Amino acid sequence: MNNLWTMVAQRIAFAIFTLFIVTLFIFLGIELLPGDAAEAILGKTATPETVAAFRRELGLNLPLHTRYIEWVSNILQGDLGISISNRMEVSHQVGIRLFNTIFLASFAAVISMPLALALGILSALYRNTVFDRTINLTTLTTISFPDFFVAYILILFFAIKLNIFPSVSMIHPNTEFFDRLYRTLLPAITLTLVTVAHTMRMTRAAIINLLASPYIEMARLKGLSPARIIIKHALPNAMAPIITVVVINLAYLVVGVVVVEVVFVYPGLGQLLVESVGKRDIPVVQAAALIFAVTYIFLNLLADILSIVSNPLLLHPRR
Amino acid sequence: MKAPFTSQLGLVVVIVYAFVALTAPVLAPFGETEIVGDQYEPWGGEFLLGTDNIGRDMLTRLIYGARNTVGIAFVITSLAFIIGGFLGMLAATLGGWIDQILSRIVDVLMAIPGLVFVLLVLSFFGTAIPVLIIVIAIFESTRVFRLTRAVAMNVEVMDYVEISKLRGESIWWIVWSEILPNITAPLIAEFGVRFTYTFLFITALSFLGLGIQPPIADWGGMVRENAVLITFSDYTPLLPAAAIALLTVSVNFVIDWVLQKASGLKE
Amino acid sequence: MRTITNSTGDKVSDDIILEIRDLHIEGRTSETWQRIVNGVDVTLRRGEVLGLIGESGAGKTTVGLAAMGYTRDGCRISKGTIRFHDMDLVNASEKQRRALLGVRIAYVAQSAAAAFNPAHKLIDQHSETGIQHGVFSREEARADAMELYERLRMPDPQSIGLRYPHQVSGGQLQRAMTAMALACRPELVIFDEPTTALDVTTQIEVLAAIKSAVEQFQTAAIYISHDLALVAQMADRIMVFRNGDLIEEGQTRELLTHPKERYTQDLLAVRTFHKADTTTETTDVPLLEVRHLTAAYGKSPVLFNVSFSVPQGRTVALVGESGSGKSTTARVISGLLSPSEGQVLYQGVPLLPTFGQRSKTQLRRIQMIYQTPDTSLNPKQRIRKTIGRPLAFYLGMNGAVRDSRVRELLSLVELEPTQYIDRLPGELSGGERQRVCIARALAAEPELIVCDEVTSALDQLVAEEILKLLDRLQREFNLSYIFITHDIGTVRAIADDVVVMSQGKVVEMGPKTEMFTPPHHEYTDLLLSSVPEMDPDWLDNLLADRAD
Repeated sequence: MNNLWTMVAQRIAFAIFTLFIVTLFIFLGIELLPGDAAEAILGKTATPETVAAFRRELGLNLPLHTRYIEWVSNILQGDLGISISNRMEVSHQVGIRLFNTIFLASFAAVISMPLALALGILSALYRNTVFDRTINLTTLTTISFPDFFVAYILILFFAIKLNIFPSVSMIHPNTEFFDRLYRTLLPAITLTLVTVAHTMRMTRAAIINLLASPYIEMARLKGLSPARIIIKHALPNAMAPIITVVVINLAYLVVGVVVVEVVFVYPGLGQLLVESVGKRDIPVVQAAALIFAVTYIFLNLLADILSIVSNPLLLHPRR
Repeated sequence: MKAPFTSQLGLVVVIVYAFVALTAPVLAPFGETEIVGDQYEPWGGEFLLGTDNIGRDMLTRLIYGARNTVGIAFVITSLAFIIGGFLGMLAATLGGWIDQILSRIVDVLMAIPGLVFVLLVLSFFGTAIPVLIIVIAIFESTRVFRLTRAVAMNVEVMDYVEISKLRGESIWWIVWSEILPNITAPLIAEFGVRFTYTFLFITALSFLGLGIQPPIADWGGMVRENAVLITFSDYTPLLPAAAIALLTVSVNFVIDWVLQKASGLKE
Repeated sequence: MRTITNSTGDKVSDDIILEIRDLHIEGRTSETWQRIVNGVDVTLRRGEVLGLIGESGAGKTTVGLAAMGYTRDGCRISKGTIRFHDMDLVNASEKQRRALLGVRIAYVAQSAAAAFNPAHKLIDQHSETGIQHGVFSREEARADAMELYERLRMPDPQSIGLRYPHQVSGGQLQRAMTAMALACRPELVIFDEPTTALDVTTQIEVLAAIKSAVEQFQTAAIYISHDLALVAQMADRIMVFRNGDLIEEGQTRELLTHPKERYTQDLLAVRTFHKADTTTETTDVPLLEVRHLTAAYGKSPVLFNVSFSVPQGRTVALVGESGSGKSTTARVISGLLSPSEGQVLYQGVPLLPTFGQRSKTQLRRIQMIYQTPDTSLNPKQRIRKTIGRPLAFYLGMNGAVRDSRVRELLSLVELEPTQYIDRLPGELSGGERQRVCIARALAAEPELIVCDEVTSALDQLVAEEILKLLDRLQREFNLSYIFITHDIGTVRAIADDVVVMSQGKVVEMGPKTEMFTPPHHEYTDLLLSSVPEMDPDWLDNLLADRAD
């Protein structure tokens, strides 16, 4: 048991360390820009004295590490700064956008994960049949498509030609739940198509690997039914690889959301990020990037921990 | 093992693309940034595939797009391979603290989501092409490092490598004569895989307006520029997107076959 | 013995439980089907133990599995019948077969560690068979399991079942597997090389357990092995296989004393090769001397004060079981591992602890040959380069001179030069590859060759030939060998001096003749007596002896 918790603790420590590096990177990046935040906010027309005064007000003349610590403690308290482009509090904007992105990602995940797992397991069980080969071909093709290609095809057919769904997702904080589902369906399906393919392929590979184990053959030679072999013998050992696959793909989902949000002009965090990069609205970019990074790192950490905890060799160590 | 039909087709497509990319200036009917007509002219006549949002010939832009997009993706992948492959070999053969340090650095880099990392850098440094190439190359090199290190280590623990070490062979000889010949297959496959990821990544960035900047012809950017045509049920913006998809699919089919051949298994 | 009529109207003795006629099995390589078993007949009676013996690739495991109506992925039964009592196993439905497996026919695999599911406790996997087939309730199954563990003399029979597979030792696991097979009191148990992966001393315990279990429950058994001496202990009747064909069949005692076929005679004659006693004068300074070696892997110590010497032109055998430290000693000698104490001296001169510090000449004089020819040859290098490289590297040979020397070396190891020089290792058999490894070692013109279990991965007949080759080469070039092995038979064949190791220490050492005559150190005694002999009563006698 000792070994297990040591490994978990190590992973957590590593994740925190990585997060630290990311924050350093996000923070220090601005230092490399020509000009600084004060100039950027006040604009080119401000006099040098005004800029200097503002700089002092913003605390930009303090040493680097002090500013870094202040920045981090602000974030931890929920203060993400002021947007350069619209002078509003970043945390307010980001809050709404984050909620939308999570909604979209969850929607896609709820559809894609069970579907991908089922397809993956079935094609592993019925290896090399027509079913398997067709799915293999289809998914190989789908993972090769850029997200925006899939998105535009869906828009072309379902939104423009058939006019069933909207091509631009107009949602507001007050949009009613089912209305929201309706307007978010097309982007969710786009995301689904891409992640299902990846997840399904990984699951299939993991299960095939598992089914080749000698103890599976032994279970057959004991005359056990196929159902029992899969449920009692294969599944407990498949938990670790499958969990890893699912969580990793969730992490990819979080990042893949960006392109889809832009295509559908979906008011999510990804779309905000891209917009802000274009406008060089640094505080917003920092905040959005940080949130994405935290989510991604957290999900990967979860995958690591879950796979450690579901490994029977670690759960029951040698005495 | 004879290649399945899909892989053969894939190989043909890849060769065609390479040909177009290399002979673009000769092949294209007009200049890359030349404005030759009105906005959004329909297909046919002088402009086989119509014109784009400023009046440039679509076909020309598509052809030059092959050179630019595929070319840049290829350069990035090669750079990633040189960096990642070299460091991966180093880590595998020298081991010790070099391996520890390199692996830790790579672990941290890989724990950061790619798109976010690149967008950050681009917002700090701007979207000039050299910046783009270096940033993405560094990012992709981490994956190449992992793979190279893993396959090189598998070979490094073999008895025949130990025998060479005991003989007193230099590390360069061991890498060149013992390790490299035994890892070429997975490395080739990985090159293909990295290329597809890089390629899709670049086009996604350009589509978002943050990659290759206009007026350079680039498929991702072209989709973005002409996207409005979709609302008029026009397929034109799908052309560059389809061009991207077709190359990626073809490369994937070829890789699938290379992997099968290398593992010697019938999946 | 009553006779009854079976479903096809033939008169059969009701004593016969398994009947296989004209069995043909094919296996699939990527493009074609190849024959694995060619027309084999097997008859098995109630309570009878049948031994299937043969080298690797003989088809014995395939036949054993076929007795259950089972073929591995990529294999198919192309012809023949398999009948278990009245049931036609070839054409039976999945459901019918499943009703049989585990209940009336059981299987014990070669590697228990691989065959047990790491996610479940031993006792659960044991009881599963009985519960699923409706033979026992859960409580009954568990109680019975513990009783079986006790009968098979496992330690802590009440609680050992509650452990997970990776928490028990190899020998215990193999016995647990035997217990699991006997759970439903099957009529037939198939033992597939059950002791091959175990140490010689552990092997005895498992063999005893299996033999007593089979006797107690009056089970019929098929015992598969490549070791004829072992099979002789367990089987009433023996079938000899080679390349899918049945070579000979007969009652055990009869087969051992009067073998009819040449191949059977060869198998029996294995280990009768004995080296001629050398009477070379030993120079005062031994070629290699190991003094007070103590070494560790990281924090775990593995060698304790090991000392011995290797005279010129003689073979020193380092013998011991797994974990004895014999391979570790070789690693220290070759400079792969630094000792924490002690020295290795070559012709009286101390060698620096790591190979990186030694001179080219020092490295050249000591060569190593490894156990598995699969991993000791670069699969992408042709033989010409494999053997040619040491010639170029150590002796500066190039061009035509090198080429002819490579050919000379190939002839020395009895491989026809023109046929082999441009081949890749993958095209060669295990024995041929090992010969190439020997040629590579010889190319350096060494004085000492360390052979680390070089015959352990080879079939017995092939191994015999390699030993003879090594002996010949020793006499021709006055080479010294350090021969690392766990097999006493090999030691008897080729050693001049013997060093017995156990758990990192030298237990006993001396000239071979002294070592094989009592009195011995206790451990040596255990080791020597644990080697199966071609006498069917050997095991029973040994167990009786030890019980005293």
